[in-house]
Amino acid sequence: MTDTAQAPGAASLPGRATEAPAVARRKLPIKGSVVVMTLYLVFLLLPIYWLLNMSLKTNTEILNSFTLWPRDLTFANYATILTDPAWYSGYINSLIYVSINVVITLVVALPAAYAFSRYHFMGDKHLFFWLLTNRMAPPAVFALPFFQLYSSVNLFDTHIAVALAHCLFNVPLAVWILEGFMRGVPKEIDETAYIDGYSFPRFFVKIFMPLIASGIGVAAFFAFMFSWVELLLSRTLTSVDAKPIAATMTRTVGAAGIDWGVLAAAGVLTIVPGALVIYFVRNYIAKGFALGRV
Amino acid sequence: MNKTVNQKAWFLVLPVLVLVAFSAVIPLMTVVNYSVQDTFGNNVFFWAGLEWFEEMLSSDRMWDALGRQIAFSAIILAIEIPLGIFVALNMPKSGFWASFCLVLMSLPLLIPWNVVGTIWQIFGRVDIGLLGYTLDAIGINYNYTQDFYAAWATVIVMDVWHWTSLVALLAYAGLQSIPDAYYQAAKIDQASRWKVFRYIELPKMMGVLMIAILLRFMDSFMIYTEPFVVTGGGPGNSTTFLSIDLVKMALGQFDLGPAAAFSIMYYLVILLISWVFYTVMTNLDKRDGV
Amino acid sequence: MAKITLDNLAHSYLPNPTSEDQFALKQLDHDWVDGEAYALLGSSGCGKSTLLNIISGLLHPSQGRILFDGRDVTHAPTAQRNIAQVFQFPVVYDTMTVRDNLAFPLRNRGADATYVANRVQQIAQMIGMEDMLNRKARGLTADAKQKISLGRGMVREDVNALLFDEPLTVIDPHMKWELRTQLKSLHQQFGHTMIYVTHDQTEALTFADKVVVMYDGRVVQMGTPQELFERPEHTFVGYFIGSPGMNVLDATVKGDRAVIGGTEIALGKAFGTPSGKIELGVRPEFTRLSADEGLPAKIKRVEDVGRHKIVRTDVFGTEVNVILAEGEGISPAANRVAFAPEGVNVYADSWRIKAEGEAA
Repeated sequence: MTDTAQAPGAASLPGRATEAPAVARRKLPIKGSVVVMTLYLVFLLLPIYWLLNMSLKTNTEILNSFTLWPRDLTFANYATILTDPAWYSGYINSLIYVSINVVITLVVALPAAYAFSRYHFMGDKHLFFWLLTNRMAPPAVFALPFFQLYSSVNLFDTHIAVALAHCLFNVPLAVWILEGFMRGVPKEIDETAYIDGYSFPRFFVKIFMPLIASGIGVAAFFAFMFSWVELLLSRTLTSVDAKPIAATMTRTVGAAGIDWGVLAAAGVLTIVPGALVIYFVRNYIAKGFALGRV
Repeated sequence: MNKTVNQKAWFLVLPVLVLVAFSAVIPLMTVVNYSVQDTFGNNVFFWAGLEWFEEMLSSDRMWDALGRQIAFSAIILAIEIPLGIFVALNMPKSGFWASFCLVLMSLPLLIPWNVVGTIWQIFGRVDIGLLGYTLDAIGINYNYTQDFYAAWATVIVMDVWHWTSLVALLAYAGLQSIPDAYYQAAKIDQASRWKVFRYIELPKMMGVLMIAILLRFMDSFMIYTEPFVVTGGGPGNSTTFLSIDLVKMALGQFDLGPAAAFSIMYYLVILLISWVFYTVMTNLDKRDGV
Repeated sequence: MAKITLDNLAHSYLPNPTSEDQFALKQLDHDWVDGEAYALLGSSGCGKSTLLNIISGLLHPSQGRILFDGRDVTHAPTAQRNIAQVFQFPVVYDTMTVRDNLAFPLRNRGADATYVANRVQQIAQMIGMEDMLNRKARGLTADAKQKISLGRGMVREDVNALLFDEPLTVIDPHMKWELRTQLKSLHQQFGHTMIYVTHDQTEALTFADKVVVMYDGRVVQMGTPQELFERPEHTFVGYFIGSPGMNVLDATVKGDRAVIGGTEIALGKAFGTPSGKIELGVRPEFTRLSADEGLPAKIKRVEDVGRHKIVRTDVFGTEVNVILAEGEGISPAANRVAFAPEGVNVYADSWRIKAEGEAA
């Protein structure tokens, strides 16, 4: 423990004091770990690099010569996608249903998680487990019934249909994550707020939600992630108006074979939103992936 | 935390209940409905009892797919869990390089699954893919659309590429929560690197590792898009996992009865195994007093 | 067991410290006697934990040497120093049994199995955990875990020193007392050199033979509890030790007279004409209320703390505390405070100056 690195008074807080940063870091074999991490990151990035590399080449270069970087740099593939509504509407559709899904997920999961973290009620454990089982439901099992269900209520090929379908696995996960974070907030805070005359909704929005802001962020991140990367359900439930970008990519298969350059460019563009999200949450990633359970 | 009994809490979970019931219970009813009926078309159905279940249970098709599925999940768990831990142990502890590694490692997790398939489909091609070209150039006969082993290797390496980071991130979060004092005590006790891992790091990671194993088991057991894009389930049926087979049956051949029976049994298997994990995990939680 | 010598030791967390302020630990030269119990006492940030980590080898000092029995161990790794340390948080190996926890340091050093078994039994008896040997350490209470850490520290017979880094922080108050007593008796029984870091004066004063008071990276005084009480070498020591701490008043001193706010009082001893910022330090125990002598004071309030009363008064804008023995009343005429001459210390720039004729 380093007294100097701490604010006065911090040392008396159990749980904080021994985590001071400066004391003799454990000496791992520095060189070995650098080698391991470099190899691992190269393994992760090489396929992505290859996609990027191809997206910047012409089809002639892709097919006729094997080049490690674009000799004939072109942005034509990106231009094709960004100027053709049939292409870029796929991105817009995806972003719309992902956003709707994140909002619905949080709105219904927050009160439920609060109930699970604070109260015992009839059937609570069974309900909680049943919710979690939905996270385990294979999308393939639900593809056909969903298709029929949403067709019968005239929601087929709408953004809301995909958003609702994704709630099947996002809501249970969000409830689980939020419940974990909420358990960490002492109950006395609720009680104090009620004594101070807060109504439940006001307490929840004004006091409680800021306290679990990081948990809400993590839940939103996961809802975004699973909704963004899913294809089977979103493809089954849409045909034209709400077709996701991932499904649009099959357009590249034409009469003249596959348009590799455009396919690669479309792929690269699907990575961008994820990369942006990661960049914004970079400081919370490790804790976030542990779902508040460390 | 000691919770109070409050039946009104039901009102708070009601929205979730309605929503999930709408998107889970109704479709499941449809599936159950199909699984016990037969049709000759024209939306005319008649009662078939457990016929479809018997048919599926006695057909090799489902058992083969199940076998492949179990083999796949077992292999990727056996690779990803130890590899993820190993990577986590080698990650920088703090500062710029820690963020740098975290950001890059998270990248594959947010790529749409069919694009993951596309990336590897391209990467492995002998004519235009770096991996395929290189393997071909050094004289290894590699063709994932024709060769059984190449197809499996590609699908497994792809999954390792896609998901090992999740395990590593979870393990890393577990490691970060270990106070420095433990490492200092281990030094004083003259514990070897292995003992530090075995008696300090591993026990502290157990909780998050259980989450990692559960998530990886469930998701690998439900895998569909990535192998479908790369191999389409082939060559032959060699990479036709349960979901791929199910979609083929339901949406491809419209064999609704067998597909529904298949779905139900598939779901039950996942539930059973997940229930075991869940029980183990909550027991761990209790023991740690989290 | 060893004598610990700190030779010209200093430490900064910065790679190239330029001014003295950047040193977390300012220059130290001390010999710590073999077999004594020392307490490092000070508030947060005074450098006591830095010093402890340097002794245990978790930190390497920026300058100077540290010697165990004359052997230079400044750069020796922790394991070679043969020290044991008990941390603020109970560090136990959760998945092992209590027995394996206690045996761990011995087994790691390749000790013989029968020796390990006997020694573990002995230690378990010492810390009163014989009946728990086969339990898993996980799920034990904090004080039981802390006892295990202590046992792990004592299990090696050849330890040079036992170090404690605020070991009672997470222990329940009633267990604190028991553990501290146990520590004290173990020390008397086995005579390990012990170094105990704490910010709690009661712990320090009851545990240690010698208390080392640290302030701002410096050792301001090292002495027996009684010395610290009667002759604080630095106003910080006076203020930090004692409840309430020493009264400190600005004054001018000439010979055996002091003038405070225009009122002259007798000191009983001559101090010459000290220069610098002069202060008088008098413990509340040596202060009394009076109607006719001493300094004019205004009584602000009286606190009854059971065995005695603390009277808080105001003397020329400075708070002066007076301790009244149980049953002693406050006369309505009492509007002054007076000091017992034997309890008056004089400080120049915060350091105590000796009276003329006082032994060095």
